Amino acid sequence: MRFAAFLGRRAVHSIFVLLGLSILIFIIARIMPGDPARMAVGARAPQWVVDNLREQMHLTEPLYMQYLYWLRDALRGDFGISLVTRRPVAADIKEFFPATLELALFAGIINGAGGIMLGAISAWQKDKWVDNVVRVISYLGVVTPSFVFAILFLLLFGMTLNWAPTMGRLSQEIARPATVTGLLTIDCLLARNPAAFFDSIWHLILPAVALALGGMSQEARITRSTMADNLSKDYIASARSLGIPGSVIMRSFLLKPSLIPTVSILGLDFAATLGNAFLVELIFVWPGMSRYGINAMLRKDLNAISAVILILGVVFILTNIAVDVIVARLDPRIQLGAGRSE
Amino acid sequence: MENDLLLNIKDLRVNFDVFGGTLKVLDGVNFTVSSGEKVGLVGETGCGKTTTMKAVLRVLPMPPARITGGEILFKGRDILQMTSRELGQVRGEGMAMVFQDPTAALNPVFTIGEQMDAAVKYSAAGDKRLSGKEIRKRAVEALKEVALPDPERLLKNYPFQLSGGMRQRVCIAMAVAGDRELIIADEPGTSLDVSIQDQILRLLRGLTDKLNTSIVLITHTLGVVRELADRVYVMYAGNMVEVAPTKELFSRALHPYTVGLMAAVPKLTGGGIANGIPGRIPDYLNPPVGCRFHPRCDQAMEVCRLEKPRFYRVSEDHDVACFLHAGEETGR
Amino acid sequence: MVSAKALVSAQRREDLQRSWYKFSRNRLSIVGLSTVLLVTFLAVFAPLVAPYPEHASAFVDFANASRSPCPTYPFGTDVVGRDIMSRIFFGFRFSLVMGVVVLSLVVPPGVILGLVAGYYQGTWLDTVIMRTTDIFLAVPPLVLALAICSVLTPNLFNAMIAVSLMWWPWYCRLVYGLASTLRSEFFVVSAELLGASKFHILFREILANCVSPIFTKISLDMGWVILIGASLSFVGLGAQPPTPDLGTMVADGSKYLPDQWWIAVFPALAIVLVVLGFNLLGDGLRDMLGAEEV
Repeated sequence: MRFAAFLGRRAVHSIFVLLGLSILIFIIARIMPGDPARMAVGARAPQWVVDNLREQMHLTEPLYMQYLYWLRDALRGDFGISLVTRRPVAADIKEFFPATLELALFAGIINGAGGIMLGAISAWQKDKWVDNVVRVISYLGVVTPSFVFAILFLLLFGMTLNWAPTMGRLSQEIARPATVTGLLTIDCLLARNPAAFFDSIWHLILPAVALALGGMSQEARITRSTMADNLSKDYIASARSLGIPGSVIMRSFLLKPSLIPTVSILGLDFAATLGNAFLVELIFVWPGMSRYGINAMLRKDLNAISAVILILGVVFILTNIAVDVIVARLDPRIQLGAGRSE
Repeated sequence: MENDLLLNIKDLRVNFDVFGGTLKVLDGVNFTVSSGEKVGLVGETGCGKTTTMKAVLRVLPMPPARITGGEILFKGRDILQMTSRELGQVRGEGMAMVFQDPTAALNPVFTIGEQMDAAVKYSAAGDKRLSGKEIRKRAVEALKEVALPDPERLLKNYPFQLSGGMRQRVCIAMAVAGDRELIIADEPGTSLDVSIQDQILRLLRGLTDKLNTSIVLITHTLGVVRELADRVYVMYAGNMVEVAPTKELFSRALHPYTVGLMAAVPKLTGGGIANGIPGRIPDYLNPPVGCRFHPRCDQAMEVCRLEKPRFYRVSEDHDVACFLHAGEETGR
Repeated sequence: MVSAKALVSAQRREDLQRSWYKFSRNRLSIVGLSTVLLVTFLAVFAPLVAPYPEHASAFVDFANASRSPCPTYPFGTDVVGRDIMSRIFFGFRFSLVMGVVVLSLVVPPGVILGLVAGYYQGTWLDTVIMRTTDIFLAVPPLVLALAICSVLTPNLFNAMIAVSLMWWPWYCRLVYGLASTLRSEFFVVSAELLGASKFHILFREILANCVSPIFTKISLDMGWVILIGASLSFVGLGAQPPTPDLGTMVADGSKYLPDQWWIAVFPALAIVLVVLGFNLLGDGLRDMLGAEEV
């Protein structure tokens, strides 16, 4: 029962935050100097067209009314027309979002699973050469920007060594399976097309790894340091003194409490991943929402920009809730509402 | 005779590497426990009691700590030379430690049941092939032994849901759950209310009597060992300074430090303020040459500044590490 | 007799020595410190140490264009003949300026808001401030900066504004957590009972105890701010060419991969170097000050 209340509170909180976010986005968009109506129809359109459009876009009304119109439309899924593609932004997003989602999820899995495993191995072999190697690599992973990795991968694995493709989601020759989920890999599996499936995975690898390296390194470092800290805690000494074998301690006794900070970070890492996707998608010409967003930003396509940010906000908030749920599962003190310790 | 000893620490030396140099904490510690015996270990905070026992279990944090000499023989085999596997066996089947702070000693994210199960599973009584149900049964029995009410429900709780006293009992239960031969209790109940501490100590006494386990009781309170121990060691600054059967120690304390400790205990009769021992424990970075107590000893002699006294046996089972009583040594 | 003053300064010296011991124990921290000092030196004295200082602005020398790394041009030249190494030295200037300016803008308001929100935890003040940070933090960091940059004219100055706007919530959050825990500590309560002014309590009592984590975070953040700045320039929403900003240089250079790889790779490595240096330094400071994981 407590759990439902917990979820409920989070949901309400999230709605408030989203509303605030929408206001923030709206303000940002309106700071833009220039006349949105004029920009929509171009410099050569006659003035009366522009004036009509201004009426239609409610630009003559007070700002808060404009916000409410915009919000109402957004809630209905109407984000206006994109200046760049001349299509409804909603349609653009529907087309491009799954690609970004697929990339981010793939990267996220590498991120989480890889990071935790590396961190655990590092802690297990503390101060031995494996540990030192992992620490150096993860350090470099944290300080190198995603776009640098992307460029390096493009250069090294893509162009020079030719190990994996560097553009798009699927090779030209392969027929695209029917779109069910929008996630190409899943769709290939559903269409029972192994060749296409592997091809899509192959296309995913370079961008996903480039995206994931930063987060994975962060996870590895935090896992390692938490495990190292917890190793000197009394309850581990107590477990050892009771004869519990080292392998069991590492695998469960030490791992579970150590995962808590790591998982808490996962949410933030996912946010960083979504942000970095903007650059990586650009480099790998990945047809995702982030590339669409960047182009929108470079061309000052306000409708598209607002929509992209809002969607990202929603995704991020949902991810945070999911992460909080997992952390609550891991740490009983949160779920059962422990007060200050006695 | 020596081979009947359950635990025999010989000349143990442990250093700690810290900022500024090396702390020479344990400087040749000698300590024995026989089967079924209850031994008290008394000393002020910082004298090395916990370090000694953690060394026995080899749970000292090894980067700052370094074992630089000596042997720790458990049932005749040197613990310091054992492989991890042998060590695991010894820990699981031979001994267990009850830590000072029960809150820190329990893993916060696992239930009591899960932790008890682990304690049973890897102990002497817990054959790896014991069924889950068997393990559970023994866990519940152990909890009953420590007088915890409603053990079955307790197993589902998490440590933070229990009171301090209950957590301490759980820690004791984990130690006794496996029919181990030696239990090391580090200042049990110190972090708790005095009346609860009393209950815990009675519990320990009852349990060790019943199960015939040996117990090492570490404490800084003399009164505790008086109640519980057969034999008492007095420790100062990394050395054992005196050991005697309890009654003998309390009636005929010989080492100036022990005498000072006894005098420092306020008495209900006799009035007057109890006397402290002037001075402080030595700096482990640069410990005094010779007897480590000599700077604070009002009976220090020239030899005390130059040489370290060994244990001199002054009567049956009564040893003193003090030059003052070297002459009273009865045959070895 | 040793005077009290001498005792205090002796104690301070020992504390400093102890701190240095903790810091220098980790060789990496020294590496970090050296790297940061090197980069700062190169940035400050760029006009003097760069081999071709005039290449840092609009300059063309097509005769020497696209030269691969060689003794005359250690990092090679770009497509219009500018020496990459000199430009990188000047590029460090922009990076450092961005870091310093953004953090100067961000830390004071963030910290103050965090103090206020933490101290008045549970009141409407707390709710308003923290909900606002939630809103700013609801979007992935880079995205917000990109968005803000996109509506303003792209240049370094606006990039700094954008990054500042998305960075302040982190300091607010950090100090909020610290302040809300500290406010129930005895020394705060006793100060209240003694009738100390709110100003005194907030700044003298609580803030004084937050200095270590804040400081550690600042040193770590320098690297991240520089990184975000480089990302913004890379996309084209930050410093514009011909400014020798590291991110812009990487963006320019990536058009010429893989053949003239040096045009993109060396600036990229320079970015990594700077971020690495600040990270190592920050880690070392954290070890030294004993602060919690920020």
